[in-house]
Amino acid sequence: MISIDRTANQLQTVDLANLPAQDTALEIRNLDLSYADKQALFDVSMKIPKKQVTAFIGPSGCGKSTLLRCINRMNDLVDTCKIGGEILLHGQNIYDKKVDVASLRRNVGMVFQRPNPFPKSIYENVVYGLRLQGLNNRRELDEAAERSLRGAAIWDEVKDRLHDNAFGLSGGQQQRLVIARAIAIEPEVLLLDEPTSALDPISTLTIEELITELKEKYTVVIVTHNMQQAARVSDQTAFMYMGELVEYANTNTIFTTPKKRKTEDYITGRYG
Amino acid sequence: MGKWFKSGSPWIWMTGGAVSISLIAVLGLLLLIAWRGLSYFWPADIYQWQLENNRGEKSTLIGEIYDREQVPTERLISAGHTFNQHPGEFVERYLVKTGNREFVGLDFRWILATDIVSRSTPAGIAKFERTKNGNFYGYPVAVINDGKRIALTDDNIETALTAQIERAVDLSSQALSLQKSDIGSINYSLERLRLKARKFELDGKLTAQAKADFDQQAKQLNDEYLLLENALFDLRDQAARDSVVIRDMRGQEVTLNLNSILDVTYVNHLSLLAKIGHWFSGLGHFVNDDPREANTEGGVFPAIFGTVFMVMLMAVIVTPFGVIAAIYLHEYAKKGPITKMIRIAVINLAGVPSIVYGVFGLGFFVYMLGGSIDQLFYPEALPAPTFGSPGVIWSALTLAILTLPVVIVSTEEGLSRIPSAVRQGSLALGATKAETLWRIVIPMASPAIMTGLILAVARAAGEVAPLMLVGVVKLAPTLPIDMNFPFVHLERKFMHLGFHIYDVGFQSPNVEAARPLVYATSFLLVSVIVALNLTAISVRNHLREKFRSLEH
Repeated sequence: MISIDRTANQLQTVDLANLPAQDTALEIRNLDLSYADKQALFDVSMKIPKKQVTAFIGPSGCGKSTLLRCINRMNDLVDTCKIGGEILLHGQNIYDKKVDVASLRRNVGMVFQRPNPFPKSIYENVVYGLRLQGLNNRRELDEAAERSLRGAAIWDEVKDRLHDNAFGLSGGQQQRLVIARAIAIEPEVLLLDEPTSALDPISTLTIEELITELKEKYTVVIVTHNMQQAARVSDQTAFMYMGELVEYANTNTIFTTPKKRKTEDYITGRYG
Repeated sequence: MGKWFKSGSPWIWMTGGAVSISLIAVLGLLLLIAWRGLSYFWPADIYQWQLENNRGEKSTLIGEIYDREQVPTERLISAGHTFNQHPGEFVERYLVKTGNREFVGLDFRWILATDIVSRSTPAGIAKFERTKNGNFYGYPVAVINDGKRIALTDDNIETALTAQIERAVDLSSQALSLQKSDIGSINYSLERLRLKARKFELDGKLTAQAKADFDQQAKQLNDEYLLLENALFDLRDQAARDSVVIRDMRGQEVTLNLNSILDVTYVNHLSLLAKIGHWFSGLGHFVNDDPREANTEGGVFPAIFGTVFMVMLMAVIVTPFGVIAAIYLHEYAKKGPITKMIRIAVINLAGVPSIVYGVFGLGFFVYMLGGSIDQLFYPEALPAPTFGSPGVIWSALTLAILTLPVVIVSTEEGLSRIPSAVRQGSLALGATKAETLWRIVIPMASPAIMTGLILAVARAAGEVAPLMLVGVVKLAPTLPIDMNFPFVHLERKFMHLGFHIYDVGFQSPNVEAARPLVYATSFLLVSVIVALNLTAISVRNHLREKFRSLEH
């Protein structure tokens, strides 16, 4: 069994089944998804609470990344992808025809598995999203860049070389830069797709600390194949298996008293 | 032996050998062209031969050795040549450039080694480079300065001859620049005025008032023209004041007017350093001067300018066009059989023979497009075509189509190499696909675009066949860019180094004189292409450095 290293006052137990609307960041309703003729998600329904960290865990290929990518419609890029059901953000189905995908993604930021900085300077990376919105005022951009870089806990490391190429940074720094880039446009929800899987343990630790800070301002959804990580950083944990949401509960509950047999097998390391 | 085969050594030798053969071929080609082209500018010694042929006739010959070869005696005998005593199996013979074209008929002559009595390199012989009739070789005897004959001695050669020639050359070049710039621009203005009047007439607006106006302007220009013409004649007369008396190889004194002489060199007199100086100045003249005498003398500046200008124009046209087409094919077109077929068709376009593009360019661009432009915008000049005849813009467009596949293919390749993580990173920040393309994808693909451009430039700069149909001429009187409004004249015909080589080598009235020029021009063409490519490659390397994430 995995020990949960948390003090009681950090622990926020919420009743996920009856989450009031004002505390819900996202609601997923009966989501089905298939690529060509292979179905990848089966009738997934869940509510993701505001300003908390929700983790998706499960074995490889269980659909946790696919589910995450549904939330900011990154699956639109796959031609053969078909989606049923709905995801509600502010009570609005994001798959509605009226929804502008670009503005949705401005509200739902995403950080990928491998750091993917643009071939630009550190500064230009951070203000990229703001420039897209037409912001060109030098002073505002400077402020936003500093605020985001501080928010991503990388300001002290890069403040003297903001105009150097972002590729000069280490992998962990690049990942924090990418997080800074994502929070520069102040999204409500931040999706993290295995953000530490390409990083060394020390960088991983830094990012994990950062995640716990980020939930002060943002709703964080994280996909991880590392159960300890889920246990360390998340408030809610969803266990997925073969495209189905097997169990979704407070992290504490999942790791101490899982209700389902599959969940228990997985977190005790019997498969996966 | 079996072991040796198994070890892979023969394979390594074979592959290494293939590389060395290609290297040797390329280097050999470059060295041959460079050597033969560049040695042309070296001031060769001028010899004086005493000759006596088999009939006992004596003569003197002055000239440069141009070429030498071994001829079988049998062949000479069977050609009707008789020898007083049999000279052995082979006879050496020399090709001598004797110059003095107007006096000796042919300025190149073969002489047999058996006819040579003696050979010397007298220091007093001078080589005169002239604007007409090629070089003149002989002993300068005197200068006629303003009607006064001054005999030349060793002491006054510098002051009397060189100074007079410099004066004449100076006056001639003043006259030339007057003729080209001032008189040229007046002629241009007169032509524009005529076209304007004709346009008024076509539009039915040519009132008596307007007509008088035009006549007034034309009269003014004509007055200016007369003034300049007088100045021109004056300069020419002044340049023609002096002349030089030269004793040629026949022993006769010939008087040459100094206005036809460009330079005089006492070649046999020169030190090594002076020869090197002459070599450089010869090279400089070749690169900077206009051609003379049906392109067999003088320089190739208009051809260099035409080549570079046309290639740059082509690059400016083909790059955006090819890049946009590649973006559509790679980013927007649905993957399917039709896209595949289009892609195959584009690649196959690169295999169409270039002359076919020339025919297409003539039919479509020159006659259809150019003809329509003339009808619509230049009716006043008709029936004389403006854009409806071959010109530099049509050449650039034709070559742009010819090189389009190269740009499309390499741009597509570059687009497909961009990691999808970076694209998704941009999309996840709320960028639309178009914004991602503009801000991230195209800048990152720019090294590949430059590669396409490099290949396109390399192909286009060497292409001659299609150009002969759509704009290249043997001799263009004016460059496509000059000081007359609108400064860039895209409809003009132009000269091209590739065509120049063909013209000088195969269409020249004086084959022997032209041969070294063929090598020199070829070398220059290769240098121009290399220079264009190096520029593009350095730009690409700079871009690669900027986007080096792609490399790993």
